[in-house]
Amino acid sequence: MTPATRTGLYSDTIRERWRQPRFRGELPGATAVAEDVNPLCGDRVRMMLRLRNGAVDAVRYAGDSCAICSASADVLAELIEGRPAAEAARVTGEDVLAVLQADIRPTRMRCVTLPLTVLHKALQP
Amino acid sequence: MRLDAKTRGDFPILDRIVNGHRLVYLDSAASSQKPHTVIEAMSQYYATTHANVHRSIHTLGEEATALYEMARDRVQRFIGAASREEVVFTRGTTDGINLVADALGRTLRPGDEILITDLEHHSNIIPWQMAARDRGATVRSIPLVGDGFLDLDAFERLLGPRTRVVAFTHVSNVLGTVTPVADLCTRARAAGAITVVDGAQAAPHLPLDIPLLGCDFYVFSSHKMLGPTGIGVLWGRLDALQVLEPTRGGGEMIKEVWIDRARWNDLPWRFEPGTPPIAEAVGLMAAIEYLEKLGMERVAEHERALARQTVEVLQAIPGVRVYGPRASVDRGAVVAFSVEGLHPHDVAALLDQEGIAVRAGHHCAQPLMRSLGVVGTARASFSVYSSSEEVSLLAHALASLRTRL
Repeated sequence: MTPATRTGLYSDTIRERWRQPRFRGELPGATAVAEDVNPLCGDRVRMMLRLRNGAVDAVRYAGDSCAICSASADVLAELIEGRPAAEAARVTGEDVLAVLQADIRPTRMRCVTLPLTVLHKALQP
Repeated sequence: MRLDAKTRGDFPILDRIVNGHRLVYLDSAASSQKPHTVIEAMSQYYATTHANVHRSIHTLGEEATALYEMARDRVQRFIGAASREEVVFTRGTTDGINLVADALGRTLRPGDEILITDLEHHSNIIPWQMAARDRGATVRSIPLVGDGFLDLDAFERLLGPRTRVVAFTHVSNVLGTVTPVADLCTRARAAGAITVVDGAQAAPHLPLDIPLLGCDFYVFSSHKMLGPTGIGVLWGRLDALQVLEPTRGGGEMIKEVWIDRARWNDLPWRFEPGTPPIAEAVGLMAAIEYLEKLGMERVAEHERALARQTVEVLQAIPGVRVYGPRASVDRGAVVAFSVEGLHPHDVAALLDQEGIAVRAGHHCAQPLMRSLGVVGTARASFSVYSSSEEVSLLAHALASLRTRL
């Protein structure tokens, strides 16, 4: 496997996650669901979690969003699936950016953080 | 000579290289670029003349006042206003609508209705919601038919004895639809309603004779018409302005002040509390002079041709969808489009990598986006310096865009 390259805004990881998302879709039996919009662009993301014994047993996301936001949600889902909910809540934008390997400009940072905001909403007791 | 060939050299920013490409600026509907005459007029004003206006009894103050009021006269002539009293300087279109909505809002009674349209920018929705909120009044909206035209039958049904205000755009900032302003105003007036027209996307692009439109208030911004940010114009028919109670107080808007009361100044200063945007008025005057030299008929013709070309070439690209009136229909200098399978923000970001600046998103018109059934669109928009080659560059970039993500 060749290492992911930084190619400006749209890294290989973003392209790949946009074309072939791993966690996009509905989650029947979700126990925690939250949704929010990015006021800048109207993008909408819904995170669906199935929590079991204090851990994120399964996670899916849905919504209308750009490639960066979708890739961010996809990466975030991967980072939290199977982990304790408390740990999932501590995942940061930095963690997601480290996987995305892209030069995200300030104007698009909200695209990265929207799924995180939604996740935190879903995990609120 | 084509208009852009005549004008391009006047806009220093157009020489910029963006991401390795010569800038193709197709976002003039959001804010236009400025000719050097505007930049120099403001710089010159600050370098030689600046002082506060109206209250300074010294040479600079008198010169600054003369310039500021001269700018008002230029605006009056540019829009065909009957008198200078009808020309109020604001901070922009949004500010102008808020000023009118605030003032009219205080006269609303429970059950009153404000009629807007599904085409509106948020700046012509939210101030009316706020005005209605505490008064028990309601905001209703004229829906669209066909390719983005106002449903005039619905307008007729919605217009009634409870309609106090009809507020609508002259040219849609998304679809480019030109609304039948005079017709809407005639019908609204017959129903006893006050009309407020958002001219933000019209004033920079069309010859204006505002009194002929028959509206009560008309607002627009300087920064979309080659002028600086921070200043706009509220035109009000003299008798409509005279009965409008000011809602913002401060210096300059008064004649006499006591501790418990005050007497308002004459028009138009009654609505201009505080130190106004003086350098911006000087810049706006230079912008108007620039546009008048080109001739607004010629400007309109140039931009119409570009919009027509854009609709035609974009429609021919597989996977590209164009919104709004067809190419043959008179439309404003904006074209909204989408690329199948790509989010508008990704479209804009990918185009930016080729130096092409377009707007993407909901364009501050979420109800319209809902009516179109989309999250957002991309939008190309034009000004006096936009060229046919730039439209071709856009089309060329769009044709291969889907393979790039």
